[in-house]
Amino acid sequence: MSHLLARFDVRFPAFHLDVDVDVPMSGITAIFGPSGSGKTTLLRCLAGLERVPNGFMQFGTDVWQDEKIGLCLPLYKRPIGYVFQEPRLFPHYNVRANLLYGYNRVPSEARRIDIEQVVDILGIDHLLERRIQKLSGGEQQRVAIGRALLTSPKLLLLDEPLASLDIQRKQELLPFIRRLHEELRIPVMYVSHAIAEILQLADRVVLLKEGKIAAAGALNEMFTSLQFRGHFGAHRIGAILDARVAAHETQYGLTQLEFNGQSLFVPLQSVSVGQVMRVHILSSDVSVVIGRTDCPTSVLNILEATIVEIQAIDQSSVDVLLDIGAPLVASITRKSLVILGLKPGQRVLAHIKAIALNEELMA
Amino acid sequence: MGALTDLDLSALWVSVRLATMTVVVLLIVGTPLAWWLAHTRSRIRPIVEAAVALPIVLPPTVLGFYILVALGPYGPLGRFADLSLAFTFTGLVIASVFYSMPFVIQPLQSAFEAVGKAPLEAAWSLRASKWDAFVTVISPIALRGYISAIVLGFAHTMGEFGVVLMVGGSIPGQTRVLSTTIFEHVEVMEYAQAHAISAFMLAFSFLVLLAVYITNRRFPIHVS
Repeated sequence: MSHLLARFDVRFPAFHLDVDVDVPMSGITAIFGPSGSGKTTLLRCLAGLERVPNGFMQFGTDVWQDEKIGLCLPLYKRPIGYVFQEPRLFPHYNVRANLLYGYNRVPSEARRIDIEQVVDILGIDHLLERRIQKLSGGEQQRVAIGRALLTSPKLLLLDEPLASLDIQRKQELLPFIRRLHEELRIPVMYVSHAIAEILQLADRVVLLKEGKIAAAGALNEMFTSLQFRGHFGAHRIGAILDARVAAHETQYGLTQLEFNGQSLFVPLQSVSVGQVMRVHILSSDVSVVIGRTDCPTSVLNILEATIVEIQAIDQSSVDVLLDIGAPLVASITRKSLVILGLKPGQRVLAHIKAIALNEELMA
Repeated sequence: MGALTDLDLSALWVSVRLATMTVVVLLIVGTPLAWWLAHTRSRIRPIVEAAVALPIVLPPTVLGFYILVALGPYGPLGRFADLSLAFTFTGLVIASVFYSMPFVIQPLQSAFEAVGKAPLEAAWSLRASKWDAFVTVISPIALRGYISAIVLGFAHTMGEFGVVLMVGGSIPGQTRVLSTTIFEHVEVMEYAQAHAISAFMLAFSFLVLLAVYITNRRFPIHVS
């Protein structure tokens, strides 16, 4: 698979950015870290908005920046869609003219996305003739995303596009971002310091700390890595699963999801069969059971698992990393660990008492 | 305006031509300079800003004197062009450009500072080249600044006196402008004619400033 490669090593007055980026050109990559860790600067470097001495950036086979030979394509020559923290819409144009600004500047043979498609995905049909000043913050940000998409970018850079919005607007925009990615297949770099956004959107995480990449990898592996769990301020996450909707059991008010040939039940969802849903499991909601699958229990969600790693957290509790075809962490007491005699490599059952859905994460 | 003679009308025409030329030259030279001043982090910025602002505080005779020397047959400009620009309309335009510079640069600079770099970066991200972005995004957003700059630059050039007298003299049809005409009338005790032109200048200047203040408060920056 082709990759995005970038190297930047530059001292700013406030901090030292020193990164070596290598991410696949697919899916949503979250650039995550505390405020001031250099997320926005990294994104601006990737866009060519900050000219970095000795900088290097390659997108697939296209080299966009190689300061060794004095090459640095300006942003307007890179096939990048950029959405800033603020919408930055042009106040002297209405919504339609804003959307068409970039579209009209792309040669017709390079256009892969048309207005109807974007207007439909973002739900901004009724806003087209409005003045920018008459839009709410969420609407403005949607237009800004649409405007960027209409340049048919090969890479989409989103710099905390939801940061200035309240929770309700965020919740309204997140599905749009997920959807545009699913429908348009554009690789996305998504800067955020909000863990809930990343848990809902990202496929992969780059963790930035004080200008350096502290860790990088697939979202579910990063958040279940016993080593890194603490870094994210989301140490309660036990698993992030993209599961397919297998059936609806309306008589019980349940939806059956399928993951790796195993079943998971969640409260009834208004998602059609065959679609993929992202669900989260808190590590404290997972218990480890030694026994057979057909043992009678009230717990519906029972998965076959193998113990991968065990790590002590404090005097009384331990984290157990399980393999269910994906990583799953169970937080249990040290006493249980000793009584059950759990060891890496052992086959066990994971009982999951509750499964969190996206909406609950934001609240 | 029955009191105006043909000479007065030709002075009005010279004044208008001079002010128009000056503003056109200043917009062309001033836009990049004002943009640079608004966005540079260079250490020489305050020096340039002070130099641009000089005509506001300098006696016009001082400015006029040096421009006269520079434009004369033995001055650097005169030698370079191998002709004397002193006491010509062209010389007057050059002098006015310096004299009215702050009145065009400063409104443009503050307009560019207010616009900031954000819309420019947004335009770049939408495939607009630097020039394209400036024309289609920055200048419309900075439209008020341009209107202020044009109006103030024009009005200030219409009202200049000392520099004109030093550099242009008062040659009818060439370098005699409205303000010097008033002086000429007073010199020969033609108070009625001096009064007519003065009253016109007063009303003109007031209306111009009024237009600027109303514009600054209310002008909407919608184009499409």
